[in-house]
Amino acid sequence: MTKALLTLSGISKQFDGKTILNELSLTIGDGEFITLLGPSGCGKTTLLRMMAGFEHPDRGSVTLSGTDITQTPPERRPLNTVFQNYALFPHMSVFDNVAYGLKMEKRPKTEIRERVEEALAMVQLEDFSGRKPHQLSGGQQQRVAIARAVVKRPKMLLLDEPLSALDYKLRRTMQVELKRLQRELGITFVFVTHDQEEALSMSDRIVVLKDGYIQQLGTPREVYERPANVFTARFIGQTNFFPGRVTRVDGKRISVDVLGLNRELNTPSFRVSVNQLLHVLLRPEDIRVLAPEDTEGVPGKIIERNYKGSTLDSVIELEDGREVMASEFFDEDDPAFDYSLGERVRVSWVDGWEWLLAEESDEPLTDEEELAADVAEH
Amino acid sequence: MLQSIKQQPFRAAVLMLVWGWLLFLVLAPNMLVVGASVMTRDPSTFISLPLNLDAYRQLFNPLYLDVFLHSLYMAAMTTLVCLLIGYPFAWALSHVGKRRQTLLIFLLIVPFWTNSLVRTYALKLILATNGLLNSALMSLGVIDEPARLLYTEGAVIIGLVYLLLPFMILPLYSVFEDLRQDVLLASHDLGAGRLATFKNVIVPLTLPGVLAGVMLVLLPAMGLFFVPDILGGSRNLLVGNVIKNQFLDARNWPFGAAASIVLTLTMALLIFAHRLSKRHLGEEGA
Amino acid sequence: MRWLSRSYLALVYLLLYVPILVLVVFSFNDSRTGYNWGGFSLRWYESLFSNHAMVQAMWNSLWLALTAATVSTIIGALTALALHRYRFRGKKVLNGMLFVVMMSPEIVLAISLLGLFMLVGLKLGYVSLLLAHVTFCLPFVVITVMARLSGFDERLPEAARDLGASEFTVTRTVLIPVIMPALMAGWLLGFTLSMDDVVVSTFVSGPGYEILPLRIYSMVRVGLKPEVNALGSLLLVFSLVMLMLSQWILSRSKQ
Repeated sequence: MTKALLTLSGISKQFDGKTILNELSLTIGDGEFITLLGPSGCGKTTLLRMMAGFEHPDRGSVTLSGTDITQTPPERRPLNTVFQNYALFPHMSVFDNVAYGLKMEKRPKTEIRERVEEALAMVQLEDFSGRKPHQLSGGQQQRVAIARAVVKRPKMLLLDEPLSALDYKLRRTMQVELKRLQRELGITFVFVTHDQEEALSMSDRIVVLKDGYIQQLGTPREVYERPANVFTARFIGQTNFFPGRVTRVDGKRISVDVLGLNRELNTPSFRVSVNQLLHVLLRPEDIRVLAPEDTEGVPGKIIERNYKGSTLDSVIELEDGREVMASEFFDEDDPAFDYSLGERVRVSWVDGWEWLLAEESDEPLTDEEELAADVAEH
Repeated sequence: MLQSIKQQPFRAAVLMLVWGWLLFLVLAPNMLVVGASVMTRDPSTFISLPLNLDAYRQLFNPLYLDVFLHSLYMAAMTTLVCLLIGYPFAWALSHVGKRRQTLLIFLLIVPFWTNSLVRTYALKLILATNGLLNSALMSLGVIDEPARLLYTEGAVIIGLVYLLLPFMILPLYSVFEDLRQDVLLASHDLGAGRLATFKNVIVPLTLPGVLAGVMLVLLPAMGLFFVPDILGGSRNLLVGNVIKNQFLDARNWPFGAAASIVLTLTMALLIFAHRLSKRHLGEEGA
Repeated sequence: MRWLSRSYLALVYLLLYVPILVLVVFSFNDSRTGYNWGGFSLRWYESLFSNHAMVQAMWNSLWLALTAATVSTIIGALTALALHRYRFRGKKVLNGMLFVVMMSPEIVLAISLLGLFMLVGLKLGYVSLLLAHVTFCLPFVVITVMARLSGFDERLPEAARDLGASEFTVTRTVLIPVIMPALMAGWLLGFTLSMDDVVVSTFVSGPGYEILPLRIYSMVRVGLKPEVNALGSLLLVFSLVMLMLSQWILSRSKQ
């Protein structure tokens, strides 16, 4: 990581007795694209608003390039925000919206004009400067909001779910656009989202948040392939959880009893002992579906198949009733490759593609329970 | 406190101004009225100690009790007439096309923006003994000699209805606007006839509007002292006239204050009923 | 059914407008008695404007309405902004007091203010009228502005601060422009309420400052005064213009 730009240390925040952030520390490097990811209510927006200066922590400090800015009001912080629903001033033209921040700095008129035009050109809106916000499409409003924030040349751009109001296709376009902008401007982007796909595709690093705690901090690859805990594994992408029991520990290799198979696996980074219970995690794309006459793997039958264009996603019910998700790429040699419901198959995976997690003291919720908890929260 | 003034001087100034105004010109005067009502009349300083409830006792003096009951009667009649005219009116209004509705609402508010004294006076032109109504009726042969319309109880009620009708119609109109057509259809679908639907569905759903209208009509109908002054003569007085006379002519402040407290309590009671009816329908209290 | 409800609407509107029409027609009546048509004439308008005291009362009323509407709009707008934007202790009490002003019978407000002015020894006249009028106009302005603010994006003032504006600058450059239509509508309503008020003014005005409604009041209490027809017609036209202006502002702001 390059040198630190913003440092949060020991941040705690409560609202009406409810803890939103808990002893949270985070260092953001200069020029990186960092994403705060988590379900609603996880504290990601509060964290962003704290960086912007709209909220102040109960405990802890915020430091920007070595200066303590914990109590500095938003108007005196060299950071700017792109708001969720853009928050464009409805009574001002596009030009005046973008010029607003520079007027606050009392810049000379000619400089304001030049810089606003430059910023609008950057988001390809140079022909729209006379329009009012309500005359623009959602995507165009989004660009104005970005231009308005970057025209001040902030050290850091804070983006609060900026793409959530756009439709799927436009969202993809804007994702690419934002990445391009970040490279061109070379400034730090702090991006808040609840969309894990967006987070994986855009970020240099992802901060996974839940209940005011950082669950994991890492590159998209680390977070996806080596989730630090059950929550992260469940929240990002789809995962099959298989219960495993350690039968033998032998240096770099351990034996695990999983689904009635005895598999030799790599020793995980945490301590293991014989008879310990483990989660064996497998992404659907890591599952191999084999012919019923194969000797490897566990027998089961296809109970669901979904054609996804580039992949064929299926659900296999094992004999003990457990369901396994599998996602297979189409084979160019066999374009007619498909399953019929009820078809008998065997399920296996390539050794080493699994990921092991220790059983947690607060045992993970099942999907249904988590959904119920999520619903109750809103 | 000092800290926050320093940090946000503008916010502190705004709050101070607002609080100051309301405390000095709303809270203090109202406290004063409550205080005055339990003090003793004094010809030179208006009020003086000792504290007593004489003013309230005086309210039950048959002379004043009569005036109060008569005023209450006229206000109730006014409210009833407004309701009888306004309820079907609001219903009909909510069934007119949207564009025309805007114009009709506008026409309804015009009188509200027009000087009420002038409008009361205009009624006098019509109701006077040799006024327009009598002339019209006589030329039509309905009556032989002019009827005495002015300076009667009826004239006061007509005047109050004329001034206050829009205040009954507007809240009723808003509940009829919210009344969803599918609820009525559902009622018919379930076998209720027109009358049963009206009784079981329309009336309960429009009740908050009725109460809001009653609130907005009944109270002013007891206070608009200039209406009897212009149309009613000396025998058809409102509570408002009594309060005004006590304060400006008889200089009996405790009594005037007590009368106005009774008026305020009536208002509080009506607001309470209105809230209850709204809560009953599962809406948040206004 | 349809024509029945239409003719019912028409009938009620007729009843509402007949007195006003009669007033306007009679204002051009040459006859002194006031009940019979004596030919077209502008004599009552002339006599209105040649009456020095009447013209003075008109000016007084206009000035009072102008200042009362302006002051109540400023204070009302700030109150609405404070209620909307700030969290502070006693917010509910403040709301409650505004509700009390709006709902309590005018006459109660009138006597309570009279009591206050007497107590602090304020001479009844322009100042007492202004204070009273601002007070009863205030809740109406607050409500009009609050209605506008309720549809207001909470992030706008934050965006402004984020771009470097202080609290005062946010109010000046973002909040005020956004609520401008409501401010204008509130001002017009305040102006009209002030021009129309009889009840409160009766109590808190003094001999030194006569205003129009009170002058009309003293004229119409006894007998018929044809000048009142002329004056009423003028006031009617005036209110119509004000109301149309306010509707126009509000409908334009909705676009």
